[in-house]
Amino acid sequence: MTGSELKKPLQQAPDMPSAWRLVSTLTVVALLSGILVVLVYQYTKPIIAENKRIAIERAIFLIFPDANNALTFRIEDRRVVPVDANTTSGEIIHAVYDRSGQLLGITLEAAALGYQDEVRILYGFDPDKQCIIGFQVLKTAETPGLGSKISTDADFQANFHCLEAQVDVQHGGLRHAIRTVKHGSKQHPWEIDAISGATITSKAVGRMLNDSGQQLLPVVVDNLQLFRDAYQAETG
Amino acid sequence: MQPDSLIFIFLNAFLINNFVLALFLGLCPFVGVSAKRDTAFNMSLATIFVMFVSSTSAYGINLILQYYDLEFLRLISFIAIIASAVQLVEMAMKKFTPALFRALGIYLPLITTNCAILGVALFQTFREYDFFQCVAFSLGAGVGFGLAIMLMAGLREKLELVNLPNVTQAAALSMILAGILSMTFMGFAGLGGGSV
Amino acid sequence: MPEATRSETPMNLEIFTAGLWRENPVFVMMLGLCPTLAVTNSVINSLAMGAASIFVLVCSNALVSALRHFIPRQIRITTYIIIIATFVTMVDYIIQSISLDLYNALGAFIQLIVVNCLILGRADAYAAKNPITRTVLSALGMGLGFTFALVCLGGVRELLGAGSLLGFQIFSSNYQPWVVMLLPPGGFIVLGCWLLLFNWLKQRKTSRLIAAEEAIDHSRQIETT
Repeated sequence: MTGSELKKPLQQAPDMPSAWRLVSTLTVVALLSGILVVLVYQYTKPIIAENKRIAIERAIFLIFPDANNALTFRIEDRRVVPVDANTTSGEIIHAVYDRSGQLLGITLEAAALGYQDEVRILYGFDPDKQCIIGFQVLKTAETPGLGSKISTDADFQANFHCLEAQVDVQHGGLRHAIRTVKHGSKQHPWEIDAISGATITSKAVGRMLNDSGQQLLPVVVDNLQLFRDAYQAETG
Repeated sequence: MQPDSLIFIFLNAFLINNFVLALFLGLCPFVGVSAKRDTAFNMSLATIFVMFVSSTSAYGINLILQYYDLEFLRLISFIAIIASAVQLVEMAMKKFTPALFRALGIYLPLITTNCAILGVALFQTFREYDFFQCVAFSLGAGVGFGLAIMLMAGLREKLELVNLPNVTQAAALSMILAGILSMTFMGFAGLGGGSV
Repeated sequence: MPEATRSETPMNLEIFTAGLWRENPVFVMMLGLCPTLAVTNSVINSLAMGAASIFVLVCSNALVSALRHFIPRQIRITTYIIIIATFVTMVDYIIQSISLDLYNALGAFIQLIVVNCLILGRADAYAAKNPITRTVLSALGMGLGFTFALVCLGGVRELLGAGSLLGFQIFSSNYQPWVVMLLPPGGFIVLGCWLLLFNWLKQRKTSRLIAAEEAIDHSRQIETT
């Protein structure tokens, strides 16, 4: 089957239908399709939003097992603004609190191009230790058994017990850039030991953490008191 | 090299993530019109051209859709854009360059169902490329498609002269050849410095 | 007229089974190759892609068949594309609402169902000329045949590439997976091997038919002498 076969006339039409007939047919079909799409879109929109919220919540609890509550914020031009939990646009971060209302850490989203498509993760930042303490993959189309190892490989996950992400003195970026190194050559606490055989995806993780960390972590560190106060205000 | 620099986007679509051999897009024409080198060449020219036109129009359409919050109409408008871009290119060519039209004419309708074209439009939207990145991406994808189909045509012309078992007729052999080509293209992974 | 004779033939199972084996869209007709290769690195992805394609194929072909007297010939391709794109957009949102993980694994390839030549090809070649029940039956057969082919590929690639099927470990942990099977070259080569197998089966069948005919001729010659 080729396009040329598709375009071949079935039989020679004796007369060309009027332009009005062509336009009206297309209009009716387009109208029908519009109605169908809008109906499905309206019906599934709340379900999809709920699914996304559940996925992020699940990821937060996997990174901070002691978490009890989380508040949503958005970073706007180096300022942190509290937003509604269902907001999706902009740089969304979550402040995570334990049962007694202590700030456990912050989760941020990061994304970079992996082997085939975008890899998007949610990572946790511990402000007391100034390190990244784990990540969860939110979206990936990496090859199963290869790139997907970033979330299952024990050695790779061990990088994130405490990956150093110290903010520099001027609070303009990170003191040491996070980078991925070849498997088995990790020397510094800010280096990520790559998975052998999945180097591209490992490097993507390092790159997205560095990009996001350089840009957002200084803002997070500057606003720690705001996160602590926000919970008090929320619970009264 | 920065991952969002124009050269990297071009190389990425051209070699590293070749549309045909790594992303499996545009396989129908890849199998269908790769028997002869000159037809393959004409087909790739037509594809590069249509890809460029539809990618830039898709960029514009997407801006409008985003402005009015109508993202759910994206797919329908993209496919409509591509179909009309093909028709438009066909008509313009017929009017202004009849010689080129005679060479490319029969390939143009085929392109409407070439998934590589829609692939470019969709991927550039998902990756949120700006206008110049879209141009680099669509050119890279188009040239990459051309390279893959030309390599394939060259191999198939050589194989015409070879004595092969009967079972390898038609597409079976092309697929295995494509597999080997695809394996060689995996060697491009890592091109562009440490950023990959 | 060929259409007249075709509509006179009684409705039977043949319409349904044609797509499953004899006219299998992937192995015999080489239609819709892009999604076939791109998403078949695991069985579960293959099944999801197959289900989405069946939904789009059946619904769009049914609608095309219902509107077949109403659509002028000149704009039929445009109309079909709009109808198909509508159902693909619907399936896109439906999958997102069922499982985000599945949606992420299939990536942009759900939206690329639009340009699956199988769907447009069947709309133009079959649905536009046949009544709705017959079209639905045929589309269902074609869709199942497509899914069957996807699962064939996905099964081999997952088994060899990861040593598992549907996520369950099949081979022992000593098995060193053929990672290349999960990568693009593996897709091409596995499909190539399936096509070789089909060619071989077809050739064996025709050579047997020829042998059987020769045997009949031979026995006739003996009778006449």
